[in-house]
Amino acid sequence: MGSYVLRRLLIAVPSLLGISVVLFTVLALAPGDPFEELALNPNVPAEVRDQLRKSFGLDDPVWQRYFRWLAAMLQGNWGYSFISRVDVDTLILQRVPVTLAIIGASQVLALAIALPVGILSAARPYSWFDRIASTLAFVGFSLPTFFTGLLLILLFSITLDWLPFVYRADISATGWQWWWEHIRQAIMPVAVLGLFQGASWMRYVRSAMLDVIRLDYVTTARSKGLAERVILLKHVVRNALIPVVTLVALQLPAVFGGAIVTEQIFRIPGIGSLLIDAILRNDTPVVMAVTFVFSCLVIVFNLIADLLYGWLDPRITYR
Amino acid sequence: MHEKELRHLIEQVREGRLPRRSFIQQMVALGLTAPTASMLLMHAGVAQSQTPPAYKPTKRGGGGTLRALWWQGTTLLQPHFANGTKDQEGSRIFYEPLASWDRDGNLVPILAAEIPTPQNGGVLEGGKVVRWRLKQGVKWHDGTPFTADDCVFTWEFAREPATAAVTSGIYKDVTVVKVDSHTILVSFSKATPFWATAFCAAEGMVIPKHVFGPYIGAKSREAPGNLKPVGTGPYKFVDFKPGDMVRGTINTDYHMPNRPYFDAIEMKGGGDAVSAARAVLQTGEYDYAWNLQVEDEVLKRMEASGKGRANMVPSGNIEFLQLNATDPWNEVDGERASIKSKHFAFSDAAVRQAMAVLADRKGIEDFIYGRTGSATSNFLNAPAKFRSPNTKFEFNVDKANQILDAAGWKRGSDGIREKDGKKMKFVYQTSINAARQKAQAVFKQACQKAGIDLELKSVTASVFFSSDVANPDTYGKFWADIQMYTTTMTQPDAERFMDQYLTREISSRANKWQGRNISRWRSDEYDKAHLAAESEMDPVKRAALFIRMNDLAVAGGHIIPLISRHRVSGASTKLVTALTGWDLDFSGLQNWYRDGDSKA
Repeated sequence: MGSYVLRRLLIAVPSLLGISVVLFTVLALAPGDPFEELALNPNVPAEVRDQLRKSFGLDDPVWQRYFRWLAAMLQGNWGYSFISRVDVDTLILQRVPVTLAIIGASQVLALAIALPVGILSAARPYSWFDRIASTLAFVGFSLPTFFTGLLLILLFSITLDWLPFVYRADISATGWQWWWEHIRQAIMPVAVLGLFQGASWMRYVRSAMLDVIRLDYVTTARSKGLAERVILLKHVVRNALIPVVTLVALQLPAVFGGAIVTEQIFRIPGIGSLLIDAILRNDTPVVMAVTFVFSCLVIVFNLIADLLYGWLDPRITYR
Repeated sequence: MHEKELRHLIEQVREGRLPRRSFIQQMVALGLTAPTASMLLMHAGVAQSQTPPAYKPTKRGGGGTLRALWWQGTTLLQPHFANGTKDQEGSRIFYEPLASWDRDGNLVPILAAEIPTPQNGGVLEGGKVVRWRLKQGVKWHDGTPFTADDCVFTWEFAREPATAAVTSGIYKDVTVVKVDSHTILVSFSKATPFWATAFCAAEGMVIPKHVFGPYIGAKSREAPGNLKPVGTGPYKFVDFKPGDMVRGTINTDYHMPNRPYFDAIEMKGGGDAVSAARAVLQTGEYDYAWNLQVEDEVLKRMEASGKGRANMVPSGNIEFLQLNATDPWNEVDGERASIKSKHFAFSDAAVRQAMAVLADRKGIEDFIYGRTGSATSNFLNAPAKFRSPNTKFEFNVDKANQILDAAGWKRGSDGIREKDGKKMKFVYQTSINAARQKAQAVFKQACQKAGIDLELKSVTASVFFSSDVANPDTYGKFWADIQMYTTTMTQPDAERFMDQYLTREISSRANKWQGRNISRWRSDEYDKAHLAAESEMDPVKRAALFIRMNDLAVAGGHIIPLISRHRVSGASTKLVTALTGWDLDFSGLQNWYRDGDSKA
């Protein structure tokens, strides 16, 4: 087990290096530079842009810039944003709490819907409950989040005027008022993301359950005369959840990555909107840092999922 | 309009026979900016007629929070590093210049005690030296008094090349000297009729010496003040998240009486223009939204809910067509659109004339831009009532057909005109933007009726407006026959604006397509006029030269102005703002308040 983890981590190093090379090259080849806005402003002399490019090292060859970035990154120096001239780690840390709160809450909501609904539909397949739940699930994951987001805004903010649709990370209120305001503004984005995710997870839970529910040991349990509730929760769900747990573990890095589209619609200052702004403005250090952290998390959570799988199912061994 | 007529008009204003406002509007119609026109009057000794802003509140504060929505969030709060207006606006909440421009192009003192004029001894040697008297008793947010040292420091900071300040273009050629604790002298290398650049408006914000002192040059990025501004403005800094939120609280020591009205300000960033409009006009969640590039029809529908209204402020932005003067399809000396080549059709004046009458400006205004723009035939923007009666635009397909027939462009079997075996098939490019695609379709339809085939091409804005040398689709390269975009008059003085038709500014491989003359039209007469204007000391003669240049460029026919676009913003019905087309939205922030009744 220990040597397996070590081997996996060692394999991860070249793949991370590969990822960073690809990312850096793509960004370097992409058109435009961070000072485009300045180029459009005739008040700003061209020398200023040249000076900025020089001081940010943008005129050096790509490979030099890459190794400079890599060396700094290895020492824990993430660099600073070309646009706001603020350290990248500060920028990311500012965005983490909101991202975790919103995306985390939506994943919890998704699980809270997917598990019970999936289990109940599998317990009585093709019943009315199952049919309705499945239909809603199909509707849920075939509607893109930008569409449901706008629908909710139209309904709850504009027609009914119940909920705000501009998310404000700093709310000056205190105590209960603070909690209330935060919950009110989080309802719509969390619902949009959670229902979308929940719909597809519910289908996974259902099919995993159906695979298990027909197995011989379940029949044995039934013939022993165990209560249906006990059979479902103790014998079926525990085994059926193994693939689902893996799936959820693999999904967790996305919690950090944020939700670009939804964040844009509700103006949530999360990592996703930081990333898209940085990409649009060719802010290489920010894009590199966010994507790189994201790829690290994907690799780590892949490893965790693999380990979790072995722990849940003792038949799997690591060599 | 010639120098003589100009002098005559100025005389009329002096004698009070012509309202100052009308004069300025006429000058604007002729292509000068309101600030330039205002400087003309000031130079002639006509005092500024300032209508003090209608400001009703009788005490400071008590207005609650002002919530503003900027769909492009502020990314930094150091005005001399601003990447664009969004950053200047964010900084303007905390920092102030010595003076700013109001809606009529008047220079309004902010940190200055008075506006320098030749009469009060402020403008010396015909504009070679300007003496600014600073307001007494102004304090920075941390309590330190504001003095001449801060102005001198701002100049030293911005002009130092290693600081890489975006304002260095303004400060590098001037010298600033402290006379006493509240007087400075700004000297230019030559007489400068338009001296209101340094310490004025968006580029003029003064930064405190005691905060930024140790951070001149390469260390400028490390200054803690970059993230925690200490200014003199109506609101003090509370919190800043780049790209998301700027928060400020009332400055109880503000140097203007009874101001500001609001207890706090929040400037939220991100999202898109349409939903920003919705948050102000339809749900009233926010009080103010900046730069609403939204179709008028959509705005009207949102306004119907009665929570807010859209403000239109005239500015110098013009949506226009360019007809390429060179051949964009074949290489000459290995360069497309080389200045040595000629366009097969647009080199013919008749074709240019036909294209101009095929542009249905009125239709584009009525059906696409609505209140957010007005049709114009002038390269120069004019408020409707002062639009010169001589400049007319027409939309006439029959006339275009006649002109083309007469010029020898005959219709082929497919209905498309040709001459010497060259068919009238043009590529017409612009950036991706709903209004522009509609305008493209309108023009294509008209051209079709005249036997001209247009191939429409739309390029993502981030590529089209980029300066990327490797990309063939940038507007600077203009490797197409026709293109359309908006040119902005961001600088109050016309010298920089007018250099975009100079021969030396022609966009080419030699200058990496950074030249400002993109249509590649050239005229010796124009070059001469510009050269003369550069060294002309007399502001009136200079203004006459600029007007002449405008006429030449429009008469050249390679530029077809379509729509003069207004600055559109949204405000809640009760918010009284002080907006101007010649300065930042927040340039009058100290005068904003909430009122029972609405005012435009």
